Amino acid sequence: MKIAIPVENKSMETTVCQSFGRTPYFLIYNTELKDGLFIENDAATSQGGAGVKAAQIVVDSDVNALLTPRCGENAAEVIMAAGIKIYKTVNDSIMDNIDAFNKGNLFVLTDIHAGFHNHAGK
Amino acid sequence: MKIAVLSGKGGTGKTLASVNLAAAAGRSTYIDCDVEEPNGHLFFKPGDIKYERITIKIPFVDDRLCNGCRKCVDFCVFNALAYVNGRLKVFDDICHSCGGCVLFCPEKALSEKEKDVGQIQKGVSENVTVITGILNTGEASGIPIIKKLLNDADKALEPVFIDCPPGSACIAMESIKDADYCILIAEPTLFGVHNLNMVYELVRLFDKPHGVVLNKCLEGENPAEKFCMEKGIKIIGRIPFDSELGILNSNALIAARKDKKYRDMFSSLLQIVTKEAQNETVINP
Repeated sequence: MKIAIPVENKSMETTVCQSFGRTPYFLIYNTELKDGLFIENDAATSQGGAGVKAAQIVVDSDVNALLTPRCGENAAEVIMAAGIKIYKTVNDSIMDNIDAFNKGNLFVLTDIHAGFHNHAGK
Repeated sequence: MKIAVLSGKGGTGKTLASVNLAAAAGRSTYIDCDVEEPNGHLFFKPGDIKYERITIKIPFVDDRLCNGCRKCVDFCVFNALAYVNGRLKVFDDICHSCGGCVLFCPEKALSEKEKDVGQIQKGVSENVTVITGILNTGEASGIPIIKKLLNDADKALEPVFIDCPPGSACIAMESIKDADYCILIAEPTLFGVHNLNMVYELVRLFDKPHGVVLNKCLEGENPAEKFCMEKGIKIIGRIPFDSELGILNSNALIAARKDKKYRDMFSSLLQIVTKEAQNETVINP
């Protein structure tokens, strides 16, 4: 399984980013090979529509699941159209979330918000 | 002559001033550009209303022609397009109607379709033509409606009074673009000064002749008045904090039509504005 997680930095010690659309990086992690790579999120600096563009990046990374604290409705529409499942992260730790995913302990993200449109409260 | 009435926030008295100025002017045009919550019509209660739909153009994809090259997705700086699972998705709410994707599509798979964003209502109240822009709930931008309102203003009976949206953002800029004179309405508080400064900076940026009307004036110190003195901004009128005026206005009545006292007040304000605007045209034609 390949999963995507929005992360603050390019290291496994970094934390999960609270924003999906404007996260600086995505970790693309292969759970079988236990190996990941970090990709830049070009959408982070866009004026608008960051969620859609970030979702396109995730879709193009060919993952099976997205682990994120939250997700806006436009981004979710793109992700779900690609058949990618969205799970809610349990805490800030990358490894905790990967472990929880592997054990099947993560819940599907249901509270898809209407989008913060540059007004995200951190 | 087109006179725009603006302020840094809502509730300062833009509608009070523009409605009463238009009423005092007699034969004139009142345009409500506060398309997110137009309320001038509540005072004028215009009759003989004509409706006009306002639409914008958004892309529409023919899936049979789209080959997934993604030129449109890469082109769109607003990120209104995504290509997923062999299909192009268009996000109407994000689209800014630039039309670029349609031009760039090498397969001619994209065309444009009309999308309703609001309407314009045009009616008559005594001898004032009342034109109201109304943005549909949930729509992101009132600009297309304001553009249409002000395009029509060129043919309107002058003087034209433009009741602007609050603040100094794009929609306020669009509303004052063609104005000959801007009236800034200010409240006598520190908060009022902050908001006045926002629109003051805006009219200076647009190089518009302008003057301030101090609203809700009380006895004692007026921070907005002090600000005008310091900056050398002309004060062209004062509206008292007066319960009689407040009651008329709260009952959606036009004070200038109900009471000679207020008619005289707004008529003299109109005279000053007219003179100021004409002076400006002589000095800076």
